[in-house]
Amino acid sequence: MAKYALRLTVIAYLFFLVAWPLYLVGKNAFANGLDNITGILEDPDIVHALTLTVQVAVIAVIINTVFGVGISLLLVRYEFPGKRLLSAMLDVPLSVSPIVVGLALVLVYGGRNGWFGPALENAGFQVIFSTPGIVLATVFVALPLVIREVVPVLEEVGDEQEQAARSLGANAVQTFRRITLPSIKWGVIYGVVLSLARSLGEFGAVKVVSGNVLGQTRTATLVVEEKYLNFDKGGAYATAFLLALVAVACIITVSILRPKEDR
Amino acid sequence: MSSALLVPDRPAASRRRAARGGRRLTRVSGLGLGIAMMWFSLLVLIPLAAVVVTGTSGGWSGFWDAVTNEQTAAAIRLTVGTAFLVTVVNVIMGTLIAWVLVRDRFPGQRALEVLIDIPFALPTIVAGLVLLSLYGPNSPLGINIANARPAVFLAFLFVTLPFVVRTVQPVLAELDKEAEEAAMSLGASKFTVFRRIILPSLTPAIAAGAALSFARGVSEYGSLVLLSGNLPMRTEVTSVRILSSIENDNVDSAAAVATVLLVISFAVIVILDLLQRRMVRRG
Repeated sequence: MAKYALRLTVIAYLFFLVAWPLYLVGKNAFANGLDNITGILEDPDIVHALTLTVQVAVIAVIINTVFGVGISLLLVRYEFPGKRLLSAMLDVPLSVSPIVVGLALVLVYGGRNGWFGPALENAGFQVIFSTPGIVLATVFVALPLVIREVVPVLEEVGDEQEQAARSLGANAVQTFRRITLPSIKWGVIYGVVLSLARSLGEFGAVKVVSGNVLGQTRTATLVVEEKYLNFDKGGAYATAFLLALVAVACIITVSILRPKEDR
Repeated sequence: MSSALLVPDRPAASRRRAARGGRRLTRVSGLGLGIAMMWFSLLVLIPLAAVVVTGTSGGWSGFWDAVTNEQTAAAIRLTVGTAFLVTVVNVIMGTLIAWVLVRDRFPGQRALEVLIDIPFALPTIVAGLVLLSLYGPNSPLGINIANARPAVFLAFLFVTLPFVVRTVQPVLAELDKEAEEAAMSLGASKFTVFRRIILPSLTPAIAAGAALSFARGVSEYGSLVLLSGNLPMRTEVTSVRILSSIENDNVDSAAAVATVLLVISFAVIVILDLLQRRMVRRG
């Protein structure tokens, strides 16, 4: 009896908190048939925002994947002073407010008063209120995701095979490509999918650093806010629906790909 | 299925690593570490240091004035208070959800697993819109909490949903059932078994999830933009307050308030690190 009460409580909680609200966004997006969706896809500014969002997310994911795999290898396979501190610091981006992330980047890379901003600007490189700033903000917020997926896998597989490969004369690149990479493949893929979802959806940090210029630095999440506040609820729901669709697709992909290791 | 992104190092693996120990740095890996550290410093460490330096540039009194400004103090109280309440709810509901996912079997369970991860992947601005569609002006339930304080609570509850569930779930799944069965056979009631046998093993995981959920709540911004109305003294949270300071070109006071948030984040990171070590020892 208690079992069914618990089961029911959990299902009801998740239904009212997640499932039903999520369903309503889909319903509102298609309230006028396909009009809302075609409406945003015919607006060149929104198409620009969607394209920018995808470009930024792809760049951010590539950077975070290279950095994440590299640092995971260093953390798991090597000993160096400050390792524990570094490992803890790598989680910081998960718990810092996106607005603080944006502020932090503006304070260093801002064109007027930033620590490095004016020098970079004189060299002809604008970071804040421009695409590089959006990329930096996105990379910052999604930084730990690949690492958190890859580190446990690397620890799990151990390094016996790598040592064997090396003792048989393989160099570092060969060992990485033939032995390490195949064994951490799934961890990397989960990390990439989660980073992609997070990168496409970043809002607060991007809002601070982008300047939110229509047709230039406005990203998809900023479009949702703008549309909603300007009483174009159809457009807001349609854009939100597209973003939600990608996010849910990412989560379902991970849930299908991931082996049921804990069962 | 577990979401390793929220789960600390697996105990068994960490033990093995501790026993084996890593290699010393070679020239190539040392260079790699150097480049990685430089990137990490340029992206994360130096900018965060800039926040603290700017926030405290006016000395202690400047910092204190910015933080105790009536409107700012109200925002910090609301944020920390609500995040605390939400964390309490998450400790109870998160443990309950993890329990049902691990110990119960029923059709559609896979769908629940996906539902729990959705708040993590959903863009926060979309999360706000999502909640607004059920609990806003056009609510099919007739509940409208838009622009009121419960909206802040609801938004925090939504975005922090996965944390306790995902930290408790793997620990619960690995728990040895023998101790429970022994206690039962000695006549302990179900409640006693839960309180005396199961709960103590779960406590570090629950605490870790609670810390993450508190940190996430305190730093939340995106989901509140459309939902809470950001009314000063009523529904304005700390992040919104920082943003309005930035937009009014009052960067010093923005950085001072941001420093408070950073201190909270760092405290959480330290607590988590200690808890993870404790979990590894127990594992």
